[in-house]
Amino acid sequence: MSAVAPILPTVPPPREHYLNANYGIRSWLLTTDHKRIALLYLVSVTLFFFLGGAFAVMIRLELLTPQGDLVQAETYNKLFSMHGIIMVFFFLVPVIPTVLGNFLVPLMIGARDLAFPRLNLASWYIFNLGGVCLLWSVLHGGVDTGWTFYTPYSSIYSNTYVIAAALGIFIAGFSSILTGLNFIVTIHFMRAPGLTWFRLPLFIWSNYANSLIMVLGTPVIAVTLLLVALERLFHIGVFDPDYGGDPVLFQHLFWFYSHPAVYIMVLPAMGVTSELIATFSRKLIFGYTFVAFASVAIAVLGFLVWGHHMFVTSQSMYSSMIFSFLSYAVAIPSAIKVFNWTATLYKGSVSYQTPMLYALGFIGLFTIGGMTGLFLAALGVDIHVTDTYFVIAHFHYIMVGGTVMAYLGGIHYWWPKMSGRMYPEGWAKLGALIIFVGFNLTFFPQFILGYLGMPRRYYAYPEEFQVLNVMSSAGASILGVGYILPMIYLIWSMRYGPVAEANPWPSTGLEWRTPSPPPTHNFAETPVVTWDAYEFVPPEKTRTAGQSPPHGQPA
Amino acid sequence: MKFSLPLFPEQASTVAGQVDALFYFLTAVSAVFSLLIAGLIIYFAVKYRRRSPDEVGVPIAGSHGLEALWIVIPFAISMVMFVWGAGVYFTIYRVPDNAMEIQVVGKQWMWKFQHLEGQREINELHVPVGRAVKLVMASQDVIHSFFVPAFRVKADVIPGTYRTIWFEATKPGTYHLFCAEYCGTQHSGMIGRVIVMEPAQYQAWLSGGAGSGVEGSPVAAGQRLFEDLACHTCHRLDQQGIGPVLAGLFGKQVQLQNGQVVTADENYIRESILNPMAKIVASFQPVMPSYQGRVSEEQLLQLITYIRSLTTQQPQTTKVTPPQGGPGAPGLPGEPQGGTTNSPPPPARQPSVGEMEAPS
Repeated sequence: MSAVAPILPTVPPPREHYLNANYGIRSWLLTTDHKRIALLYLVSVTLFFFLGGAFAVMIRLELLTPQGDLVQAETYNKLFSMHGIIMVFFFLVPVIPTVLGNFLVPLMIGARDLAFPRLNLASWYIFNLGGVCLLWSVLHGGVDTGWTFYTPYSSIYSNTYVIAAALGIFIAGFSSILTGLNFIVTIHFMRAPGLTWFRLPLFIWSNYANSLIMVLGTPVIAVTLLLVALERLFHIGVFDPDYGGDPVLFQHLFWFYSHPAVYIMVLPAMGVTSELIATFSRKLIFGYTFVAFASVAIAVLGFLVWGHHMFVTSQSMYSSMIFSFLSYAVAIPSAIKVFNWTATLYKGSVSYQTPMLYALGFIGLFTIGGMTGLFLAALGVDIHVTDTYFVIAHFHYIMVGGTVMAYLGGIHYWWPKMSGRMYPEGWAKLGALIIFVGFNLTFFPQFILGYLGMPRRYYAYPEEFQVLNVMSSAGASILGVGYILPMIYLIWSMRYGPVAEANPWPSTGLEWRTPSPPPTHNFAETPVVTWDAYEFVPPEKTRTAGQSPPHGQPA
Repeated sequence: MKFSLPLFPEQASTVAGQVDALFYFLTAVSAVFSLLIAGLIIYFAVKYRRRSPDEVGVPIAGSHGLEALWIVIPFAISMVMFVWGAGVYFTIYRVPDNAMEIQVVGKQWMWKFQHLEGQREINELHVPVGRAVKLVMASQDVIHSFFVPAFRVKADVIPGTYRTIWFEATKPGTYHLFCAEYCGTQHSGMIGRVIVMEPAQYQAWLSGGAGSGVEGSPVAAGQRLFEDLACHTCHRLDQQGIGPVLAGLFGKQVQLQNGQVVTADENYIRESILNPMAKIVASFQPVMPSYQGRVSEEQLLQLITYIRSLTTQQPQTTKVTPPQGGPGAPGLPGEPQGGTTNSPPPPARQPSVGEMEAPS
């Protein structure tokens, strides 16, 4: 092409940063650097994601035909149980706090590390110990109770490795508690000078609210699973009606954690979305305080709605009414967020880089997931759709359409900071598109299946449901490609991607005011914050809606 | 594979239309809001797309008016959903007084049905069209859930307690019956059919086959059990027994030793058989042994049905009330039957379905 002889670039000595500060397996396994621990978690949760995904592939293959023909019924039951347990407890709950949160919370608040760095490393080991327990149960034949462990099936009737799986979740729960504790203390005490609560990025607000849920809720699931194990071992008669126990008590305890757990999964995702929307529309988040307090409101109200999982059990009709009402109440803060994100785009400077595509995808899918939640909160309709594919579709829209989309958006957005390299934009956009299409094709038909009455956890099903199931399985294969693609090009980019600047987007957060990748101690000197979050223009030009725009915009 | 792509389930009960109406409303609201959000996002994203690399957005901090608007309007709409949904819920779950009773036992992995007139069936349920049918359901083992999509009716059946639901079919036909709560290996095989028949056909079906007739009725079976288990030695009909008199008991208030007053319903009698120490009737001694593990759920239902049929009118001899077969509601709770037909317990046992073997 060019006849000019290539000029060899003069290679300056590489800047020292957290990735090259030291090498060797020990430097990783004994690190107390929050950024390295985030990468350790990235490896762990990615492995669990693809393991859980492999189970999902088997489920969708089995459901291609109405007859149960690919695997045995017992195997199928184990597949969906392991899929659920791994995806919920070992991927969705930890993924954003432990990967993005660990990496970003200290950086975003101008701290050198989390408050308890060694506890942070310990929580990674505890998480993996829990994972090993779970994998032990998988290798010995798995568990077939569903991820919900309903008694008395789990406590008396199942012949599978319930205790090992429960123990795995029990242990991993401690890692959640410790991470939550670490975040709460860090956010309270280690903010940089000048970084007041209302200057915090919304990602910090949502992780703070989320940490409250993790610390308060996780002990309940731990105790509950402990009781299931004790009942299996000693027939203590807490849940087993033959010994005077109450099987529904288990559901109360289980959902007292597991409903807030949904918010553990989605609150950090909302935080990521707020960051992405602000950065890629170069604009202050509309109604910052409303979005921030909506996170807190979700955390509080989320603890009061567990009974909406039990509208068709023997729960009193009046308590069902109260839980229905509260479920509508908890929908409002989520709606506030969606409206504010949308309003943020108004008069923004919107670019369509990959993280933004994921963020917009998140809003769309989360809206559908949230609106279908209103169907389930409506008592009379819930009777028909609960325990059907309608519920499956609903919570996959929230958890996969919501959490995973936001997580991938966040990974792309902060990838330059984490790895020091840019990802390939073209491939990344293609990946985002494939995931969006594949996701909707997989899960939208399940709403229809559910209203038609196809129950969940069915290994074989009536023939008239086949076409919709084939659509869903076809979508899942597209979705699978969409998930493998980022994994390939992100690994590729670590070596071959263009070197990232400190602030490639550009964005306003503190994490972007230190080099990419950051030095081990994050900041050369402690930053002093004199600006608000998302301040793309000087504050004197900021206005509230309805006022006339200042002259000379855009600033 | 046959290409069939149904998009909406059949409506075959009185409540199905109500559920669907609310579903349509929810769908419409969701569609409006989703399209509004998606439309605004696309419109803004295109209209305000970045035109030069260093362009920034107009900083707008927010608007309290707008915030109030999108808090109040969604809340108001959601309250409509709440009230409407609660109304439909009460319609579905509040059992009308005149419903005819069928007893149901769920167990891994089948549904067993017992008509009071005597017919028993497994994984098939015959019901008449246009009659409110009440199901009294028990589980032998784990939690099951009785689900008929065409009726829009579902209820969990929880071991250790009775669950009652009702429906009224509006269209003759055959409909799916599913177990909707995961119950183990063959969960997806715990399915069946609900066969809705014209009343005359249903009557013919009731009186046909081996299971028909008074002998096969749960009252008769319960009476046999009552004697086989020697319940009658203590629960005599003449006030002389060690245990309380059971005739006329059902539906009444019972004074307990600890001062509590409870209603003698299905769950009370069930508990008193399985765990007699739980509620001791005032002025009686706690001497009754537990029958836990000795009677199956079906037998419990038979015993209860028998006890419910006992009346106070003629305490000297055991009366069995043959069910009236027709649209009468034999054995409604709180309505002891005043039957008069003398039918001594049949000497020969009926060929039994399932767990009819009484411990002797």
